[in-house]
Amino acid sequence: MTTLRTERLEIRTSDDVVRARQLTRTMALECGLSLVDQTKIITAASELARNTLDYGGGGKVQIDVVEAGGRRGVRLTFEDHGPGIADVETALKDGFTTGKGMGLGLGGAKRLANEFWIESKPGEGTKVVIARWK
Amino acid sequence: MDRIPILKFGDALLVTIQVDMHDRLATALEEDLTSKIVSHNAKGVLIDISALEIVDSFIGRMLDNIAAVSRILDADTVVVGMRPAVAITLVELGLSLSGVKTALNVERGMALIKGRLAASEHADDDVED
Repeated sequence: MTTLRTERLEIRTSDDVVRARQLTRTMALECGLSLVDQTKIITAASELARNTLDYGGGGKVQIDVVEAGGRRGVRLTFEDHGPGIADVETALKDGFTTGKGMGLGLGGAKRLANEFWIESKPGEGTKVVIARWK
Repeated sequence: MDRIPILKFGDALLVTIQVDMHDRLATALEEDLTSKIVSHNAKGVLIDISALEIVDSFIGRMLDNIAAVSRILDADTVVVGMRPAVAITLVELGLSLSGVKTALNVERGMALIKGRLAASEHADDDVED
């Protein structure tokens, strides 16, 4: 897999969630995703950026335009050093929330992406990677 | 802080969301709309989201809340102009907006609200007869 372009963004305020959406859009356009696929990955980015802010206490996102086997895609890596998720499997279930949301963020983002990977350690933080391919 | 303008349009309030909303702006809109429904004695709320490129769970919840609160205050909420890609994404995200009425555009949304108004006036006539 080759990385064609990389952008990074700190997520500290709700304005940064908007910035994360806009940057994801730019990158999705660059790798030529269809309108529906763009909308899906931007929405997933919005959910995960908000999770990073609300539950992770802020963090960062790295957005890559990648290429593998002649296909292009956009890959997002969210990272925070917040409290972490004790039970990832439960957190992925719709309707599960420890906050004020609807509990759709993590599971919803997983459904909207082609690839989803999560690693979380209580007390250390959470890392989520999603990708959407053309 | 920025605010999304709310216009009075007959018996209804019209909101056109034209910016990529951050969460505080969405929360402010919810509060502003609630107080304007009462102060303008509005019977309907039309929310035009045709400019929105995405609706995530936060905005979805805002739309659900506005619809629920306005229903309690005797006003109908109709969300109009949702882009097809947004509708596809919302369903996959797991949000069906079951409490929100929708229409394809402002004209049809207004017709929905007027239809309900006419029906309730008719019901009042029946009582008087």
